[in-house]
Amino acid sequence: MEFVVASAVGVLTAGGVYLILRLRAFPVILGLALLSYAVNVFLFASGRLVINAPPVLSKYGDATYTDPLPQALVLTAIVISFGMTAVLVMIALAAYLEAEDDRINMDDGQAEQEAGEPRP
Amino acid sequence: MNHMIIAPVILPALMAPLLGYVMRHDVALARRASFAATALLVAVSLYLVSLTVDGATHVYRLGDWPAPFGIVLVLDRLSALMVSVTSILALIVLWHAVATRWDESGRHFHALFQFQLMGIGGAFLTGDIFNLFVFFEVLLIASYGLMIHGGGRDRMRAGLQYVVMNLAGSTLFLFALGVLYASTGTLNIADLALRLQEIPAEEAALVRVAAVLLMVVFAVKAALFPVQFWLPGTYSNAPAPVAALFAIMTKVGAYAILRVHTVVFGPDVAATQGAVDAWLFPGAIVTIAIGALGVLGARRIMPLIAFSVVGSMGTLMLAVAAFTPEASTAALYYMVHSTFAAAALFLLADLLVARRGDGSLAVLPATAQNGLFAALFFGGAVAMAGMPPLSGFLGKLLVLDAVRAPDMIAVSWSAVLAGSLVTIVGFARAGSILFWKSTVVAAVVPAQDAEPAEAPALAGPTQVAPVMATLGLLTALSVFAGPAAAYFEQASMQLHDASGYVDAVLGEGNTGKPHADAGGGH
Repeated sequence: MEFVVASAVGVLTAGGVYLILRLRAFPVILGLALLSYAVNVFLFASGRLVINAPPVLSKYGDATYTDPLPQALVLTAIVISFGMTAVLVMIALAAYLEAEDDRINMDDGQAEQEAGEPRP
Repeated sequence: MNHMIIAPVILPALMAPLLGYVMRHDVALARRASFAATALLVAVSLYLVSLTVDGATHVYRLGDWPAPFGIVLVLDRLSALMVSVTSILALIVLWHAVATRWDESGRHFHALFQFQLMGIGGAFLTGDIFNLFVFFEVLLIASYGLMIHGGGRDRMRAGLQYVVMNLAGSTLFLFALGVLYASTGTLNIADLALRLQEIPAEEAALVRVAAVLLMVVFAVKAALFPVQFWLPGTYSNAPAPVAALFAIMTKVGAYAILRVHTVVFGPDVAATQGAVDAWLFPGAIVTIAIGALGVLGARRIMPLIAFSVVGSMGTLMLAVAAFTPEASTAALYYMVHSTFAAAALFLLADLLVARRGDGSLAVLPATAQNGLFAALFFGGAVAMAGMPPLSGFLGKLLVLDAVRAPDMIAVSWSAVLAGSLVTIVGFARAGSILFWKSTVVAAVVPAQDAEPAEAPALAGPTQVAPVMATLGLLTALSVFAGPAAAYFEQASMQLHDASGYVDAVLGEGNTGKPHADAGGGH
């Protein structure tokens, strides 16, 4: 169990970092999505790994329970990363349509040079 | 509980949807409402400052849940100071945006502006580190909208880069919070401070990882080397009023380092001793060098100012990295100063670029108000470079005084002094190209049959007033340096008194005994 979760976080993170380093809009968006999956699984694990236990205390004795707080944190993180990914897709699309180029890195010299030319 | 403490979050949060949904077709109404809300925010923040003058730490428990279980907002001198700096800056920037009609060049400027204020205010007030993450996201998502306000090719590309950079930073923030929660079982700042003191140094590997990860996240916001590279591209391509408002965003990072790495990972916590300041100090030195060289090498006006912001963040973080009350006093003074100095320069650059029609540092015919712009640029450059009589000089003097421990004086003093010299040369070069050399170039005489080109409108009093107001604030900050420094000194004493913060948040009785296991028995 620990091995599966740990390697899942590791593989997702490695894939995400690799994709971000491609520096083109689409791979970067996928990479950030993978990174956010990795961090969501990681946050789950931060409350210790418990299987088949409710996230509430039982008043009928010492039943096992899983820590509910990381689940709330993960929910918040999922909502935020979902919204952010939507914003990112829209901005990436707009930047691509404006510049006809999906590279993330900006070459300042080139940008200045091209800015002088008339735009279509 | 004083409900005014949450007003800096609630007021913009209520205003923003009203501006976005109800008033989006009526610019005049939206402007009035936005002004009214921001002016009210200034009044509220000044009231909050008056609450903290006696030194009390006010705690606002959301939903009245007791401290480590519910979210708390904490108002002390530092957070009240930061909220009031934000609101005053916001009022000036809003004035400029309306006077220059920047707010009409895209949609929803005022709504995004209010959301931005909500995020910044919340980040300064919160006493819960996960809540800090949430407010970071609020201020970031509003800043994405403001950054690409008005659109355009270079701005969209710079905006995309900015968004990607900050999303990666947010993921890192979550990793740090996960590590912190796994090793301590809490996310309340005061509670974290207690738990960390109980962790022995030999079991602290995970906590040290969390401390350094958090520092990296905040350093991204504060534009500290080696994660400063996003700032020049972002600030120089953002709309100028937005860049002026972003002057406070880098300070959010600096504030978070000040707060978290003194209260939680304080210098006396065995678990994280030396994990952070060992990296912060060299990072600040290199940041000063990058900023100064960038100012010297910039070929356009906006990147020039953006690099001077990088340099000022380096000076600020140098004082923060010392983690002593004296150094924090200097850091606070310099923080307030550099926020307004950067804002003044960005606002002035906007007026200038709009009239020159070109943002490059090239010799072009002088604008009609060359003398006025030259004087304002001179004032802003004097403030930014740290020359007397404006507050930059006093701020740098305080920073120099704070970092003169024998083991760091050689490096820190040379960095600050050499950085200031190079910055002065850079600004002098830019100013002489922009304002002196341009007076000897004759205006291009249009051919006789050509239509006379329409001269750009003069900058009216309402458009110059925000720059004047910012420079006036800097003058006031140097004239009233004594009372201001006294307040900053009390703020930093309060900041470094971590046990006072913990007592206020958790209640007196809780601080002595270790907590029951998380989740058990509550």
